[in-house]
Amino acid sequence: MTRTEPNRSRSSNSDSEKNSGNGGGGRTTAMRVIVPLQGVVQGRGGLFLGSVIPCAFFYFLQFYLKRNRKNDESDNSGEQNSSASSSSSPNSGLPDPTRSQSAGHLTELTGLPRSLSRILLSPRNSGGAVSVSGRVNCVLKGGDSSPYYVGQKRVEEDPYDELGNPDGVIQLGLSQNIKLSFDDWVLENPKEAISDGLSISGIASYEPSDGLLELKMAVAGFMSEATKNSVSFDPSQLVLTSGASSAIEILSFCLADSGNAFLVPTPCSPGYDRDVKWRTGVDIIHVPCRSADNFNMSMVVLDRAFYQAKKRGVRIRGIIISNPSNPMGSLLSRENLYALLDFARERNIHIISNEIFAGSVHGEEGEFVSMAEIVDTEENIDRERVHIVYDLSKDLSFPGLRSAAIYSFNESVLSASRKLTTLSPVSSPTQHLLISAISNPKNVQRLVKTNRQRLQSIYMELVKGLKELGIECTKSNGGFYCWADMRGLISSYSEKGEIELWNKLLNIGKINVIPGSCCHCIEPGWFRICFSNLSEKDVPVVMNRIRKVCQTCKSQN
Amino acid sequence: MRLIVPLRGVIQGRGGLFVGSLIPCCLFYFLQLYLKRRRPPPSDPTELPRTFSRTNLFSRGNSIGRVRVSSRAVPVAKPSDSPYYIGLERVKTDPYDRITNTDGIIQLGLAESTLCFDLLQRWMSENLMESMMQSDDGEFDISSIAMYKPFEGLLELRVAFADFMSRIMGGNVSFDPSNMVITAGGTPAIEVLAFCLADHGNAFLIPTPYYPGFDRDIKFRTGVELIPVHCRSSDNFTVTVSALEQALNQARKRGSKVSGILFSNPSNPVGNILSRETLCDILRFAQEKNIHVISDEIFAGSVYGDKEFVSMAEIAGSGEFDKTRVHIIYGLSKDLSIPGFRAGVIYSFHEDVVNAAKKLMRFSSVPVLVQRILISLLSDVRFIEGYMAAHRQRIRDKHIRFVEGLKQLGIPCAESGGGLYCWVDMSSLLTSYSEKGELELFEKLLTVAKINATPGTACYCIEPGWFRCCFTALADEDIPVIMERIRQLAESFRS
Repeated sequence: MTRTEPNRSRSSNSDSEKNSGNGGGGRTTAMRVIVPLQGVVQGRGGLFLGSVIPCAFFYFLQFYLKRNRKNDESDNSGEQNSSASSSSSPNSGLPDPTRSQSAGHLTELTGLPRSLSRILLSPRNSGGAVSVSGRVNCVLKGGDSSPYYVGQKRVEEDPYDELGNPDGVIQLGLSQNIKLSFDDWVLENPKEAISDGLSISGIASYEPSDGLLELKMAVAGFMSEATKNSVSFDPSQLVLTSGASSAIEILSFCLADSGNAFLVPTPCSPGYDRDVKWRTGVDIIHVPCRSADNFNMSMVVLDRAFYQAKKRGVRIRGIIISNPSNPMGSLLSRENLYALLDFARERNIHIISNEIFAGSVHGEEGEFVSMAEIVDTEENIDRERVHIVYDLSKDLSFPGLRSAAIYSFNESVLSASRKLTTLSPVSSPTQHLLISAISNPKNVQRLVKTNRQRLQSIYMELVKGLKELGIECTKSNGGFYCWADMRGLISSYSEKGEIELWNKLLNIGKINVIPGSCCHCIEPGWFRICFSNLSEKDVPVVMNRIRKVCQTCKSQN
Repeated sequence: MRLIVPLRGVIQGRGGLFVGSLIPCCLFYFLQLYLKRRRPPPSDPTELPRTFSRTNLFSRGNSIGRVRVSSRAVPVAKPSDSPYYIGLERVKTDPYDRITNTDGIIQLGLAESTLCFDLLQRWMSENLMESMMQSDDGEFDISSIAMYKPFEGLLELRVAFADFMSRIMGGNVSFDPSNMVITAGGTPAIEVLAFCLADHGNAFLIPTPYYPGFDRDIKFRTGVELIPVHCRSSDNFTVTVSALEQALNQARKRGSKVSGILFSNPSNPVGNILSRETLCDILRFAQEKNIHVISDEIFAGSVYGDKEFVSMAEIAGSGEFDKTRVHIIYGLSKDLSIPGFRAGVIYSFHEDVVNAAKKLMRFSSVPVLVQRILISLLSDVRFIEGYMAAHRQRIRDKHIRFVEGLKQLGIPCAESGGGLYCWVDMSSLLTSYSEKGELELFEKLLTVAKINATPGTACYCIEPGWFRCCFTALADEDIPVIMERIRQLAESFRS
């Protein structure tokens, strides 16, 4: 914009702009300012007082500002002069006379002096080291010191191997499922599966990043199988992403704006801190569940958290649940899900149902009910608030594949996510491999069945072993974890005590488990043990190592 | 603070404190009057606690209203109005096929190459299985492709990538694998860099015309703005420092903070190659202004002209500049024609950026299966050498054919030396020399001539009449068909 324009139009525009500017500003604040005055308006004072009081406020505020302004200006002009002398850019400084004469008008009309001074005020010396963006700092610092990462790192450095490194650290922290049903399918037909898929056309051209239709159909079939055919999934509502992390990130982006928040019942998956918060700027409000309720969430607590957040001015856009829950492995009952849907309807918020372990339900009792089944019969208006995350690589025991799916009933969310998948796409080889692996229903049935059986047997084994050591676990029906109660072993009933025990488990017992504090559990002394990595002969080794730690704990006490 | 500012003039002028207070006072009066009138008659005062009335004031509708998606997702969900995406969508509905659909739309909008399929296919059929199943001890080990692996890519792959990049960039520059993060394609690489280098509301300078996809890659989620730096045909669309300077100053005046410069080299869509001097100038400028430089070198191996390609990494490594501000994007989709693999790389000299990008790769990492194939593909030096030579030669031939065809129709192209496209000056076909005229021509090309070429408007070119035509997915016999279609269209204009 040239400098003559504002001068030309100054007089004609100033009045109208002032008014419109004020009007806009006044209205937005009014919303907020009015509320405390409502009593006044509704009461006796009425309109008069309701106007005079803010009027007085404004008077004092402006009075205050006027007094302080003098110093400001001298600061500004001082900086401006110095910058002009260093002359980084010829146009950066407006001539001072114009500025002082009509600074007010110019601010309104062009925004020049205001923005300029703002830049000058911010400490930008040229020639220094270039800085990264502010928001990346939380990623950089993000939890490097948290036990979750420290443990993973230790395992990487010194992994247990039955023959090669019997003294290494056993991985009970990462939820991969290699030892289980893996060999069943890949080893039988890997060559055909992969080479069928890797035709040149698949590799050498752009294919839809949200998944080929063929794959979506196969995934829908697989999901139905995993939910025991109680509900049929519509392939057109599926969007494939590279891993559950990006699925959750995309949903967070689509459902909440920066600064909004999701309710998350705790203990929860440690990954949410990264998936939800890092790039989307969405906050998480933890809703603690207690061992007394068997870590079931209660609607009362949810409600309270909702209102507390609201009071603080935080807008809640949704609730994230895991079913089967991570880390407890419990299943949400039909009643629970209906109550949750009611809650979401009443508060007009979204539900993200994280069903990444849907195909890994191993318990005999409890029945897994997908959120999709609950809303199947509901009206559209309710379905639109439900979004399901499903992980293929977990149930297929192939985490290296990195493929997950978003299943949503909301057209806007679907079309936005489809476009966003170009930012975290599933590669063509993966897509084709998956198609050949899961499009055969017989294969799928066998896969899901063996997966369940193996998870069940290893779970029983582990729980039995722990019980012999006096460690109880909550009842788990799904997922790769048991949630072990080691409150008896911690030296002090606090987070510090928990971390101490975790350290002992890692250094003395040489097993890497996840302490409850990483899952944001409010009660200390709970640990998440991932068993899907173990084979049956590993269980006694693990038990021996825990026993060793138990003994050191007891001798200390 | 925000409220006060518009009133500053009043306070500083004659009116002073009195008017400055009276105006909001009046506004409040009217607002409250309005609210009072609109307020529904209080049904039962005891049942109306204050918190409740507050919810009513918010326009949240009744509680059984439709649930909303976030406001930032709304523009993403909307169908794109850029001619680039409109064209791509239209081709999908009616694609040209030499035998089965000779009346279909010919795709000149997508930068993909089918020129060396035969070479790739041969390699795949010979080496694919071994490449995937290899393990350290030479035995088949499925867990080597199934397990979680470091998100930033296996070290072997990064070494192979570094070697490959330095090979295609003429061997003058070596890349350090530890500065490298493997991403799932060039698109996530750009987004991650934008996230790491700029905050929401900051901006990058970008010379126009630029690749239309940047709008999505950068603006969708990171909230970083792109400030066009206009280049003109008289400079063959090469960016100049004075234009950069001017754009930067204007941006600063508007109050937006510029965090970096983003450009592609070889440029997309023009296809010209930045000279060593230009690169030095850009880097010097960035250093002076203390901003970052992102160089998108995804077409580095698709250079077919006489002009030598110089990577920004080479300039940064010369020791003359502070290299921590230099970030390079590369990918295999174009040069190796394997877009399906979705393999790209961020190469940065800034430690923090590398570390942050590593962590962010949890959202877009390359599956180990694909990494294994890539390792053997990229380390097969004999294949790569042969492939790259053939790739260059075939683009060169195709380029000559295509440009020659256009020339016979009297349509000139900008001078170019790299990329899978050429930048065609169709201003002679415009009915009016304006953006509107250009879009009309685009529509005509699409519906009458049945050709999807990307108009300059989609690339933010300020001169109307330029189109990007990708020619590397064409067979030789397609070119006469295209020329014939354009000729007919041109004739229909004349008559």
